[in-house]
Amino acid sequence: MSDAIVMQNVWKAYPNGVMALNGIDLSVKQGEFVYIVGPSGAGKSTFIKMIFRELKPTRGKIFVNSKNIANLRERQVPYLRRKIGIVFQDFRLLPKLTVYENVAFALEVIEEHPRQIKKRVMDVLDLVGLKHKLRSFPNQLSGGEQQRVSIARSIVNRPPVLIADEPTGNLDPETSWQIMDVFKRINDQGTTIIMATHNRDIVNKVRHRVLALEGGMIVRDQQEGDYGYED
Amino acid sequence: MAMKIRTMRRHVNESFKSLGRNGWMTFASVSAVTVSLVLVGLFLMVMFNLNKIAGDIESDVEVRVYLDQSISQSEQDALATELKGIKNVQEVRFQSKKEGLNNLLESLGNDKKSFTDLQKENPLPNAFILKTKQPEQTIAVAKKAEQLPNVTDVRYGKGTVERLFSFIRIARNVGIVLILGLLFTSVFLIANTIKLTIVARRSEIEIMKLVGATNAFVRWPYFIEGLVMGVMGSILPIVLVMVVYRLAYYNLGGDLQQMFIKLIPYHTMVTNLSLLLVAIGALIGVWGSLNSVRKFLKV
Repeated sequence: MSDAIVMQNVWKAYPNGVMALNGIDLSVKQGEFVYIVGPSGAGKSTFIKMIFRELKPTRGKIFVNSKNIANLRERQVPYLRRKIGIVFQDFRLLPKLTVYENVAFALEVIEEHPRQIKKRVMDVLDLVGLKHKLRSFPNQLSGGEQQRVSIARSIVNRPPVLIADEPTGNLDPETSWQIMDVFKRINDQGTTIIMATHNRDIVNKVRHRVLALEGGMIVRDQQEGDYGYED
Repeated sequence: MAMKIRTMRRHVNESFKSLGRNGWMTFASVSAVTVSLVLVGLFLMVMFNLNKIAGDIESDVEVRVYLDQSISQSEQDALATELKGIKNVQEVRFQSKKEGLNNLLESLGNDKKSFTDLQKENPLPNAFILKTKQPEQTIAVAKKAEQLPNVTDVRYGKGTVERLFSFIRIARNVGIVLILGLLFTSVFLIANTIKLTIVARRSEIEIMKLVGATNAFVRWPYFIEGLVMGVMGSILPIVLVMVVYRLAYYNLGGDLQQMFIKLIPYHTMVTNLSLLLVAIGALIGVWGSLNSVRKFLKV
């Protein structure tokens, strides 16, 4: 299987001198499910932002779908982002749009054909189990439902890679399991998932590859790994 | 890449929605553009005319040396050589009495009918027309030419041109400073209005960028908003220019004509100035909007 993401000797120094990443080497195969764990300030956010080019590495190469994005031109960044779905802790839904519109928005702004939009949106809402709520507004939904809408939005464009930054951080345990269920379905369809998390329970029960970051370095890379450290 | 009509419709919808939502700020910005453009319009109206008049007069800055009617061909040739010898004379041209009359009639335009009698018995003498290298040399050249034999009269445009030019120069400088100040104020106000609408849609822009919208796509609605505000701001000034210039041209124009001063024709002026005002308005609007959208695109 081909590599979805490869990092070669990636360093990141912030302008204030802080070294966030210190020589990361890594490869993630297409279809893998990877947890990124580590204490606050370990470099998880930097690591995640690097993949969708919200940040540029100071040194090193990052390949997403075999394309080096470290020196990607600004103009090309939107096309990279169309191949990566992104889910955040705080959902980031537009409050004035309905569930349907929030998901469709992601396709409209990349100028997808309206007929395609309708079909795709209904498909992903079905996948996340919210087809019956398509006319609701975000404030009429529970946190778990909002997160599922945001997941639907992130995958509506069928990206080969899904990145989730603390997707269960704002959710209660039971709702978190619903989210994991959705991720499993997406992963089963062949989508690579990279999930930064502090949720020990989930990591320990739903076993996947674990990358532990500390001080900007990968200190552990374990297949079917556990959470492995005390918060 | 040609933009899809559907996409364009979306951008236009978005921008008008936002213009309406920020109604008062929109109104303030449009008003600022209006005030600036009214002043720009009136100023340009005056400046264009002054420039034209100055140009007309300047091209008339020549020394006319009228010849004795009884002069012989050889004397005339000798005189031509002598005139050419005067310092600072650039060009010496012979103008026969017939030519002189035609020129005169032409410059009178519509009034020439009343002068057609002249063609039967032409009172004008033959003349040499001298051009000097610089306008201010005319007086010295005229004085020298007066002393030559067979010269009956010498005419030249006095210091009017210089005075007019220095007046235009001052008026232009003062006007430009004032107007630049006003234009910058309008740009600033438009930029601020757009910034407000952007702040309101900040999370929207963020999401757009995260799901892979291009910068151009994000920018379009703001571009249109700025453009619309700028163009709306130019409507009133254009109407005003049309009215004012109509009044000026048809009331003042006649009086000036008698002083051999011709204003720029009504339609030429109004067409050019209107286009100019729309263009300036559009430029201000687009500049203001693109300026404020720029830093929000870095997501």
